[in-house]
Amino acid sequence: MIEFKNVSKSFGSTVALDDVSLVFPRGKIIGLFGPNGAGKSTSIKLIMGLNRPDRGEIRVDGENPQKKKQDVAYLPEIDHLYPWMNIAQAADFTRTFYADWDEAKYQELIKFLNLQEDMKISKISKGQRAKTKLLLTVSRRAPYLLMDEPLSGIDILTREEIINTLIRDYREGEQTIIISTHEIAEVESLVDEVIFLDRGQVKLSGNAEDLRVERNMSLVELMKEAFRNAD
Amino acid sequence: MEFNSSQPIYKQIIDDFKKKLIRGELKEGDKIPSQREYAEEVRVNPNTVQRAYREMESMNMVETLRGQGTYISISADRLEEIKMEMAINLVDYFISEMESLGYRQKDMFKILEQEQSRMEGERR
Repeated sequence: MIEFKNVSKSFGSTVALDDVSLVFPRGKIIGLFGPNGAGKSTSIKLIMGLNRPDRGEIRVDGENPQKKKQDVAYLPEIDHLYPWMNIAQAADFTRTFYADWDEAKYQELIKFLNLQEDMKISKISKGQRAKTKLLLTVSRRAPYLLMDEPLSGIDILTREEIINTLIRDYREGEQTIIISTHEIAEVESLVDEVIFLDRGQVKLSGNAEDLRVERNMSLVELMKEAFRNAD
Repeated sequence: MEFNSSQPIYKQIIDDFKKKLIRGELKEGDKIPSQREYAEEVRVNPNTVQRAYREMESMNMVETLRGQGTYISISADRLEEIKMEMAINLVDYFISEMESLGYRQKDMFKILEQEQSRMEGERR
């Protein structure tokens, strides 16, 4: 379980998170939704221990995020792969850092995603780079998987491949996946729990199926409504 | 399978199995896909599929045998009940929507008959 207790974080005069209290339950696929600037990436970076909150605290299984880095696999929004490497070298690089690397899973996924080890990062398409990032992240058996905008700017077929991989690979009960995205329609049937952020605050959160029962709305419609009411 | 995103997905999964039972596409003793296979097939969160399967067990539609898989296990009476439930749901929906348009029972019957014979004519 990941907990935010009254967390605030600013960058200069920009408030990224404003007194946010949240729980990311264990064993669920959680959608972190909201427009640009809502605080999604900031939340993920705080969980990763890449930033520290100005106020409040964050607990990953009851501990400081700095101590839990080995339990969290992170797929950043930016292109972090070295262009001069090929996929095999990028995998080697990741493998040396993390004890939870699962070689069998890596071998299986590389085939499933139609990638090849000798593909050079600088030569492959944007979609293939996105798949490579996914490959390197989910080849770890980390209990927490954090993905920052894994679908943005990627063609529809590659998005499907990414979602299929997540479903196929998901370890029920033991794995927690947090996906930040504004492509809500793409992940409607993928997420258990949703958190809608807007301008650093939680607008709405809950179980996706329960919200559908209560409101008779899809997550996309709920998001639109939440933000219409905000203005 | 196409989902309506404004309705709970686990309920739509259960309804899909109910329809297959009613149409006879699934019968007593048939093995249904494992939760994982089904999740991959319909591209749905495995936790949601688990919820649907669990609910179908408690509704006496399926039975999971440890290590062997999930099987259709339904009595003839229970199947008849489910069939009736689904029919009632559809009719209730029809009636309430028609009432909201101001139709009375007599006119509803008339339109039902007209439409049914028109659709039959088209199928011929």
